Amino acid sequence: MLITRRVEFSASHVCHSPGLSDQENRALYGESANPHGHGHNYAVEVSLEGRPDPVTGMVFDLKRLKEVLNREVVGPMDHRFLNYEVPPFDRVVPTTENLAIEIWKRLAPHLNSPAARLHSVRVYETEDLYVEYFGEDQ
Amino acid sequence: MIRLTRRYRFSASHRLHARQLSEAENRELYGKCSNPYGHGHDYLLEVGVRGPVEERSGQVADVSALDRLVGCEVIRAFDHRNLNQDVPEFASLVPTTENLALEVERRLRRNWSAVFPGEWPRLDRIRIRETKRNIFEIP
Repeated sequence: MLITRRVEFSASHVCHSPGLSDQENRALYGESANPHGHGHNYAVEVSLEGRPDPVTGMVFDLKRLKEVLNREVVGPMDHRFLNYEVPPFDRVVPTTENLAIEIWKRLAPHLNSPAARLHSVRVYETEDLYVEYFGEDQ
Repeated sequence: MIRLTRRYRFSASHRLHARQLSEAENRELYGKCSNPYGHGHDYLLEVGVRGPVEERSGQVADVSALDRLVGCEVIRAFDHRNLNQDVPEFASLVPTTENLALEVERRLRRNWSAVFPGEWPRLDRIRIRETKRNIFEIP
């Protein structure tokens, strides 16, 4: 069974790969490479997979999941400029793909329990574009 | 591996009517969807692509290239069209949303390697929401 919790945060970013020239960055990322950045209302859906505990009837305590999401994701990222304020995006281009992987890395150590495991991280950059990461093995 | 999903919209009309069936059988099977002059929907199409994140760009796919492919192959052909009359494939095939999803997949695969010549990204999922209550998916 999957259980999913959704959180939202707003942040700015710029997509600019240091290994590329300005012209190449412009060709690759388009408007997302504008030097002073731009922002999105991101939404993150985190799904855990497991079986309901026979006593509590829960796969995972959603209050605890909410706390972990707020501490690891919303707190550090909300109303921040990702490139300047949220490592590793000083070195890693903050595409939606890399954001999903980073959020997975931040969450995974806190969410695995005998009954549940992190199944997927879905990050919506806009309503019409989202990415899903299922971990290194998938 | 990452799956990136992009949403697109198109509005089209269709009529569900199988040639092999009688008028009464069509009426029985498709109900009001078989009304002779057709009806329309605002379709919501999700196209999912899968692949590794390319280290240099931090991306799994060039979204603007995907937009161009879906725009040329699907949106331009279907948007504000009568599917039965304007899309040749549906001259003889009933344009149910099941068949529409299969046709979207066929059209994208047909030109996939011209747009994405490498091993990745691959077409991973087609999902069409015909109405808020009816959703069809090729996983």
